[in-house]
Amino acid sequence: MIRRLIPHPFLSIALTLVWLGLVNKVTPGNVLLGAILGWVVPMVTAPYWPNRPTLRRPMVAIRYVLVVLWDIVVANVQVALMIAFKRNEDFRSHWVVVPLELTSPEAITVLAGTITMTPGTLSAMLSADARSILVHCLHTEDLEGTVAEIKRRYEQPLKEVFE
Amino acid sequence: MATVSEVLIAIFIVFGGVFGLVGSYGLLKLRETMQRLHGPTKATTLGIGCVLIASMLFFFLIKGNLSIHELLITLFLFLTAPITANFIAKTFIIRNLSKDTLPESRSDYGWSVYDDPPTLTEE
Amino acid sequence: MITAALYFAFACFGLGLLICMWRLLVGPDSADRILALDTMVINVIALLVLYGILEGTAMYFEAALLVAMVGFVSTVAYCRFVLRGDIIE
Repeated sequence: MIRRLIPHPFLSIALTLVWLGLVNKVTPGNVLLGAILGWVVPMVTAPYWPNRPTLRRPMVAIRYVLVVLWDIVVANVQVALMIAFKRNEDFRSHWVVVPLELTSPEAITVLAGTITMTPGTLSAMLSADARSILVHCLHTEDLEGTVAEIKRRYEQPLKEVFE
Repeated sequence: MATVSEVLIAIFIVFGGVFGLVGSYGLLKLRETMQRLHGPTKATTLGIGCVLIASMLFFFLIKGNLSIHELLITLFLFLTAPITANFIAKTFIIRNLSKDTLPESRSDYGWSVYDDPPTLTEE
Repeated sequence: MITAALYFAFACFGLGLLICMWRLLVGPDSADRILALDTMVINVIALLVLYGILEGTAMYFEAALLVAMVGFVSTVAYCRFVLRGDIIE
């Protein structure tokens, strides 16, 4: 019963917060309207979201978000410096293949997004059975090191959170 | 304290402008399409992040009303930038690269652009 | 002081738009052109937000948000068209 009424609690909370952000004023009326939207929209669209992703260990998830935010800032500064000051001949761009241990689609999506937003790497494609991911590096000397870094820093916490 | 907040906002605006320009400059300078993809997804996103933070600070410190609009735009851009980059990379790969120029996938199946996925009944 | 910083940032993003325009004209591949359009959208969002600060009004955020959404959808639609030759299958 609860499952049918509130199929996706996290989606409901997120929708309420987005609504409050859109109207840009926190008043009781707006909170109520946002809550109603957050309740109705997931219920109506439930057929399109058949499986609910399980989120475990919220502390690890929060730490992961903070680490990624910090890495985004560092990555941006690094890439900007590279673009501005490095000569074109000095770039060593490579394709690297990262084998995946994650299996849930949500976790792989988050990992691919993270890879794109963080230092000098860009996720380009999955293999057909979603067991490995193709990553383009803007500049790297150490291919295996890059793969190990991605696996240790991003895949490990995601595995704890989603699986 | 108006001057301190003004300096802070001005610094964020200038940083935003510089990062945005460097991201676009990457389009001009880099030689390969895949390299060019890195500029807009990273430098420009940080540039716009700085501008949006400056805007939040401006409306909070000088106009005196808290504005959370900008966070939504930032969040939206951070969520969509990887998706657009992924789509553009796929477009580039399918038009210009062949199976042999990419490294082997370390699994039983090849890359999804060239190979069909295993059927779901096999699992 | 803020005004001076704003004019500097206007110049930066305007120059960025010109660079994107050049990349859009030169190509050489359609992926480059799509990328140039996507970068243009991001620069335009930044210009809109900066203009909002200059005018001291929150009016332009809706415009910036809409441009961000339309830009994302159009980029995906372009890529999809090049990838599959069709947008809605």
